[in-house]
Amino acid sequence: MGDIFTTIYNFLSGLLVGWGASPIVADAIIAFLAAAVLATCVLLILIFNIWLERKVLGRIQDRIGPNRVGPYGIFQTVADLLKLLTKEIIIPSGADLVPFFLAPIIMVASVILVWAVIPFTAKTIGTDVNIGVLYLAAVGSLGIMAVLLAGWSSNNKYALLGAFRAVAMLVSYEVPMILMLMMPVLITGSMRMGEIAAAQPIWYAFSMPLAAVIFLIAMTAEVGRSPFDLLEAESEIVAGYQTEYSGFAFAMFYAAEWAHAFTMAALIATLFLGGWRGPGAEQYPTLGFIYFIIKTYAVYFLSIWSRGTLPRIRIDQVMSFCWKFLIPLSLILIVLTTLADKIAQTVLMERFPDYMSTASLVDMLPRASILLAVNLVVGALAVWWIALLGRRERQRQEVAISHLAPVEVGTATK
Amino acid sequence: MTITPITIAFFIMAAFTLGGSLGVVTNRNLFHAALYLVLALFGVAGLFVLLEAPFLAAVQVLVYVGAIAVLITITIMVTRRIMGVTESVNRQWPLAAGVSAIMAITLGFVVLDRFAGKLPVAAVPGDNIVRLGEALVNYDAYLVPFEVASVLLLAAMIGAIVVARE
Repeated sequence: MGDIFTTIYNFLSGLLVGWGASPIVADAIIAFLAAAVLATCVLLILIFNIWLERKVLGRIQDRIGPNRVGPYGIFQTVADLLKLLTKEIIIPSGADLVPFFLAPIIMVASVILVWAVIPFTAKTIGTDVNIGVLYLAAVGSLGIMAVLLAGWSSNNKYALLGAFRAVAMLVSYEVPMILMLMMPVLITGSMRMGEIAAAQPIWYAFSMPLAAVIFLIAMTAEVGRSPFDLLEAESEIVAGYQTEYSGFAFAMFYAAEWAHAFTMAALIATLFLGGWRGPGAEQYPTLGFIYFIIKTYAVYFLSIWSRGTLPRIRIDQVMSFCWKFLIPLSLILIVLTTLADKIAQTVLMERFPDYMSTASLVDMLPRASILLAVNLVVGALAVWWIALLGRRERQRQEVAISHLAPVEVGTATK
Repeated sequence: MTITPITIAFFIMAAFTLGGSLGVVTNRNLFHAALYLVLALFGVAGLFVLLEAPFLAAVQVLVYVGAIAVLITITIMVTRRIMGVTESVNRQWPLAAGVSAIMAITLGFVVLDRFAGKLPVAAVPGDNIVRLGEALVNYDAYLVPFEVASVLLLAAMIGAIVVARE
């Protein structure tokens, strides 16, 4: 059981060169093929993911979930997909046509493009660019543009309001997200996704739990999942920026949303849970792929779980949580971590000459324990701080209503 | 000139950039002009990739598409009267044309003078991102400009907060 992807590449390359293509052209063709296959796989796996999510959500809410089409309702998504494909795309009057149809395409692209830098095994990665993490941030920002386009071109007030809300939230939560993306980069000393995954004999989720939690929260907001699903709060703004979309155009937004959630899980698995790392993954890269999938689904399950159990929060709460809590906390964490790491590096260099090495678990232990200590201290302070904020807010509300006279029955509406 | 996949990619990106720029200045719908601007900036990012400067490419997309284009679009959206403008030029067009022409001549002269068959194409060092990072903290290289830019941004940020508090 060697590396299955390298075997496929060698086979195809030999085939194309054998047919008379020059090696450069053969590589270009294989690159296009690989990109197409990867993008298709990401979209196809959604059929399973949507079924899984509906089933798990059903169980969380004490229902059965989809159960009519196929065994355990597993073909329900296929039926839904066919329905969406055959439905008419209704174009609202006064819509700006080009942006209207460009928006879903950009939305899907912004999600799919992320997969180019995710390492699946020790050797297989779409392209291990030396700016992998920056690329993630750049590609993610395209989604904001798509939301704006959709909201504007629909010529609908709910869509526009939803787009403004979405942009405000997405831009805000990008800040803690990118700050926490910096943590694995700083510790690894590289922006390559492959190197970040490889440098985790001790997962960063264990050495930097607070960073992982902040990143998870920020990513949940970026995806727009509960408790941050106010981009499409039905009771307030219909379906937000996608109000006017129907048929296949809607299906693309729907697919992008689900793919985004799955991509977020894959990112967290790569950046904080060691990606493909696991026992035997270096000798047998295919085994690493299995570990990667298991970790991704573990995070994905967490996201379904939070979606099924947490209530939606208000837009002002969302914004103040980000700007007044998450961003200061991320900044404090990032400064303290780098400071402690640098001090420890100079102080402990004699006792642990392998302080910076990420070769094995034992080498990493001193550094990981320092990082863990910083994370736990900042985390404890954060919990105390947010409890204080919550208590103050409750007191403020009690004071605000305490001077009101009791309302007589029957006069409350006047 | 041999046609390689890189050349094809270059021509596509150049077409994006030039076509997008033309769209910006010829379009009467400001929202569409902003979209063309995004396309042009995207093309420039693609050119950076072809020049093996992926860091610049990613920053180009992150800053210009992710931040500045969104800002421009929102500004257009919330400014009601700006969408009704039908003239594509205003009274200051001769001045703008003059400034643009001087810029184009200067840039063209510099580019032709420096690069027209005079310099051999040097290989890009593989660790260019490491070198960039080191240059930003090296006193002999770009430490001072880097710090000055940081202070400028900090001042702008504090200014924005002060303005917003009123």
